[in-house]
Amino acid sequence: MNKKIISFPHLGSYSVPIEFLLTHITPHEVLIAPKITNKTLELGAKYAPDTVCIPFKYNLGNYIEALELGANVLFQAGGGCRYGYYSEVQEKILKDLGYTFEFYSLVDVDRFKVSYMYKTFKKLNPHLSFFKFFYYLVLTVLMVFYMDRLDSLIRKNIGFEIEHGLHQEVKKDFLRDFKKTKGFFHLHRMFRMYKKKILRIPIKKPENCLKVGIIGELYTAMEPFSTYFLEMELAKMNIEVKRFTDVTYLLFLKALRRRKMLRDISKYCTYTLGADGMDNVWRTWYLAKNHYDGIIHTKPFGCTPEIGAIPIIDKVAHDEKIPIIYFSFDTQTSEVGVKTRLEAFYDMILAQKGAQ
Amino acid sequence: MEKIKIGLPKALLYYKYKDLWTKFFENLGCDIIVSPNTTRETLENGKKFVLDEACLSVKIFMGHVFYLLGQCDYILIPRIACLKKKEKVCTNFMALFDLCRNTFDQKFLPYNIDVKKNETEEYAFIGMGLQLGFSFKKARWAYWDAKSYEEMIQERRIEKQKLELAKNTPSIKILLAGHPYNLYDNLLGKEIIAYLEKEGIDIFYSDCYDPKYLEIDYKKIAPKNYYTYNKEIIGSISFYKNFVDGIILITTFPCGPDSLSNEMIIRNVQKPLLTLLMDELNSDTGLVTRLESFLDILKLKKEREEEVHE
Repeated sequence: MNKKIISFPHLGSYSVPIEFLLTHITPHEVLIAPKITNKTLELGAKYAPDTVCIPFKYNLGNYIEALELGANVLFQAGGGCRYGYYSEVQEKILKDLGYTFEFYSLVDVDRFKVSYMYKTFKKLNPHLSFFKFFYYLVLTVLMVFYMDRLDSLIRKNIGFEIEHGLHQEVKKDFLRDFKKTKGFFHLHRMFRMYKKKILRIPIKKPENCLKVGIIGELYTAMEPFSTYFLEMELAKMNIEVKRFTDVTYLLFLKALRRRKMLRDISKYCTYTLGADGMDNVWRTWYLAKNHYDGIIHTKPFGCTPEIGAIPIIDKVAHDEKIPIIYFSFDTQTSEVGVKTRLEAFYDMILAQKGAQ
Repeated sequence: MEKIKIGLPKALLYYKYKDLWTKFFENLGCDIIVSPNTTRETLENGKKFVLDEACLSVKIFMGHVFYLLGQCDYILIPRIACLKKKEKVCTNFMALFDLCRNTFDQKFLPYNIDVKKNETEEYAFIGMGLQLGFSFKKARWAYWDAKSYEEMIQERRIEKQKLELAKNTPSIKILLAGHPYNLYDNLLGKEIIAYLEKEGIDIFYSDCYDPKYLEIDYKKIAPKNYYTYNKEIIGSISFYKNFVDGIILITTFPCGPDSLSNEMIIRNVQKPLLTLLMDELNSDTGLVTRLESFLDILKLKKEREEEVHE
């Protein structure tokens, strides 16, 4: 029998917890796909259908690069829009290209079910007991939760650090250490240590600094390469960034907050709009109520839920008088164009802040 | 009491549920206003109210809603999230009601179908009847009557197409596959149908398809597909492909579910297939040229097959 090598597409720095989970519950080797570059996108765009959204192309590029390096078991997740149907089409495209591999989907039609995941992993590792699977799943989810907490802390302060690059270093350190997690207490101790470390980094933060919220589609929000490192650009401009979408949000908070959000914005939305549409309308309202200076909305070209939500978001922003800018990312989007528009937006909110 | 006027925009789901809707409101004794056929002007009007990235069918829909503004008491815009368990529809159908409510200053009449949360079609229609001020009994009767009427009409259409299939005429047979709102729209599909009819071709439509066989049929092409409307298209292609000479797929730019489902169809169906991607800037000449060359290929192929048989 051939040796099995598992791989999966990138999503920000979440390859760390996924690798942790896979190495502990399967006996097989795990291969992290090469970092996303322009070549990844080119490869993906070459074989993907024309009108599909850009995350499909990135994922396909990741798969091809991993398969070239010898991976033969691939994983895909799913979501509320056409993301849920990625798995079958990608499997078909890659099989037509002549690769041999096994393909597993973690999500069964939009529902994130533990039993379905267990069945999937059981195919890879027949000796896997449910208790062991559940233990490592909870540990991984907790790791994701801590990662997101630390990330949001960093996002708040990174624009104001005195010595450049300290936050990035801490991030690298905790990602490296989280890989070697031994158990719940170990993980918790590491979390507290790194939280202290981040708070101890010297910063120079003025009281009324510029605050900007990033809303939009999930892939462009979480994968920095797909937006040409938008958050880093904002940090260079000394702006505090608030971002809602992370994996913790998608797993738990989204379902928990749905009714409250619908109640808050009942003036604009009677029903949910599919995927993160309604959430983004609520975020616009929330950011305006909490006196943020501007909103940046990112999405891939042709993202159907966001297209339905944007006219409503526009109306909310108009009613609440908060500046908003939309970025739509495609294979043809130029990095310079994005930066120019971002700079103009920065100048605008800065002038507005000064006028008040 | 004055009759309530209900406006039905002649776009998107109108083509699928027109019998159900018209019969339901007739039973309740409401006046129905249907917007006229799509023209260039409808599209131009609709374009103003949505994002430029929205799909062509949605732009046309907004144009129809714009036409109906101020002419009726309510405009019907269904909100559909989930029609069967473990299935979904395009998110546009979830968002359109709120989108229109925020864009236009007009009363809209929604009905919400979300089977995942136990809100069935019957429940939704009775709720709509109650909202219009009719009694529960009357609304329920109106729905049941309309539903049986719709089923009868659909059965008749399927029977008619089956009979045509059984005739086995020597002319070329083509399956027109796509969403009903694209196939029958005056601006999109009508031109293609008119051209094919002029050329003397037997046309079959993907929406005249017996859903009895759906669960077996669609699995032959895309087993994991969960879009209710796309499943029907895939099922009909899988059913008709052995009887027709060629398939024409009609899609609007940039349709979300179609972009992935069509890829599966193109890769899995071994038949001459033409994909027509319609957008705002379509030219009639370009369309006709592509259709012409496709028909030429089919004719050549058929002649060769006949030679081999002889």
